[in-house]
Amino acid sequence: MKELVVLSGKGGTGKTSISAALAFLAPDKVLADCDVDAANLHLLVGALQRESHEFFAGFAPDFKTEECLHCGKCTTLCRFKAIEDGVITSPFACEGCGVCAFNCPAHAISMRDKKAGLWLVSDTRFGTMVHAELGLAVENSGKLVSKVRQEAKKLAEKQQAPLIITDGPPGIGCPVIATVTGADLVLAVVEPSLSAMHDLERLRSLCGHFKTPVAVCINKATLSTANTRSLKDLLATNQVPVVGEIAYDGVFRSAVRSGRTVMETDNTAVQESILELWFNLSALLGVNRDESIVHKLDRKLRLFAGWA
Amino acid sequence: MIVSIASGKGGTGKTTLALLLAAVRPDATLVDCDVEEPNCHLFLKPFRIVEQQVSVMRPSFNAELCDGCGKCANVCLYNALAVTGKQVLLFDELCHGCGGCILACPHGAVAETVKPIGAVCTGVVTEKNGTGTKLIDGLLNVGAPTASPLIKAMKEDFLAEGNIIVDCPPGTACSLVAAVAGSDYCLLVTEPTPFGLHDLGLAAGVVKILGIPAGVVINKSDGGAGDATVADWCAREKIPVLARIPHSEAFAREYAEGRISPEFLTIAGEIWSKLGQGGDDR
Repeated sequence: MKELVVLSGKGGTGKTSISAALAFLAPDKVLADCDVDAANLHLLVGALQRESHEFFAGFAPDFKTEECLHCGKCTTLCRFKAIEDGVITSPFACEGCGVCAFNCPAHAISMRDKKAGLWLVSDTRFGTMVHAELGLAVENSGKLVSKVRQEAKKLAEKQQAPLIITDGPPGIGCPVIATVTGADLVLAVVEPSLSAMHDLERLRSLCGHFKTPVAVCINKATLSTANTRSLKDLLATNQVPVVGEIAYDGVFRSAVRSGRTVMETDNTAVQESILELWFNLSALLGVNRDESIVHKLDRKLRLFAGWA
Repeated sequence: MIVSIASGKGGTGKTTLALLLAAVRPDATLVDCDVEEPNCHLFLKPFRIVEQQVSVMRPSFNAELCDGCGKCANVCLYNALAVTGKQVLLFDELCHGCGGCILACPHGAVAETVKPIGAVCTGVVTEKNGTGTKLIDGLLNVGAPTASPLIKAMKEDFLAEGNIIVDCPPGTACSLVAAVAGSDYCLLVTEPTPFGLHDLGLAAGVVKILGIPAGVVINKSDGGAGDATVADWCAREKIPVLARIPHSEAFAREYAEGRISPEFLTIAGEIWSKLGQGGDDR
């Protein structure tokens, strides 16, 4: 079983749209949405929720105010400036460390499990999906990401699916780290803008740190042909394979608006590009690419002019 | 006033809006709190005047004083410590620097040390790009897990004078909270798509919990059904739509190559005026 993780560094390059398109194309897979604090994949794959589980991570203090001695020790010891004289003054500053509880001379503080969000299992048009909703403004997104991936792996084993497609979050912080570790391949979706190219370098550095191989898809490639060229040169120099190139096309926006993947629209040019992307990825991952997909698309694609 | 720019969804145009607002008010300070992937400096190309390393507290363990009692690990709610014999193993990525282990050790075997997590740079933009705009940006070290301590350090470092624009990271979790906290107003940038609207709802929820007044800017607007859906949502939630920035492939092409074309500067000026009406009352 292989896990393909779709990341970008910069937000808005097309991770979710491309993840959904790959979900359409890949024959046997489980989907995972690890963008736990701003999940979008469910909007494209027609998710019907069948399981919901509470997710607990971290702790929060409970106070027995009648036992407080007003000694001020908790105020002094809290390194996060979250508490004053037995009262949490900044709930978002509290990191649940328990220093107040462990050091209160009156034992007036105890630590309870904190609900951090939900992890969910849904049926979609393209198979089972594990996803999540992190509580607003909450920490521990990395732990919830790990939970989503763990459950996706269990499901894939149960279903004997050879592939997990994981839609990842933007950035390079703990939710991305939790998405990258142990993945078989990172598909970095980049657009030819200075911002995205800058961010890609930091993402590649992170993946290198975790020894996870990276392949790149240049989305919106026609937005700047000069930047696409220099990006390709840079990646070639660094021996990073470019496995896909997709032109800038309004079909991505219209597909999102109609809750479909771009593979379910009339845009054959973009579909050819994504098919090629899928064929390259499946070869790199060593998974079956299902050549009958060509017929499923029911189009005379130029790429396959010689096929029956 | 301190105005933060958030979105929930990545790529809706937070940095674009921050740069537009800075372009029409060059006296403003721009603070790039997207410390995982900062982009403002790519456009402003400031002269780097000061770079300050930011560190977080980490415990260090003295094997000679340690008797392997394990009290440090017992109080660590992050499971960041493992004690075998007299060896204490710290899982750095789990540690929050709370100091609980230092307090718990009966033998004084745990001391404080520091671990660098990134840097804060303070620079000034050249005259060609905008006279005197001060840019403060943070860069998290690759591999450092949490942005929040760096963002908090950035905000402690600058004096709140005049207009301050805070470019926030995407998402709706703790790094957004760290970036938005303390601002007088939050501009929520969205795009008129189901993705944009879904995440706008989450970001608006965070900002509401923090008690920060907010207004929406619809970027990549095309006046169609998507715009109407966003506008209806805003009306129901009683969040004003302060501006619509039209979808422009030409602007996107210029932006891709590191240039802000002037077509939307008037809209940026209008946003400042609207903020001025609200901000002055505070």
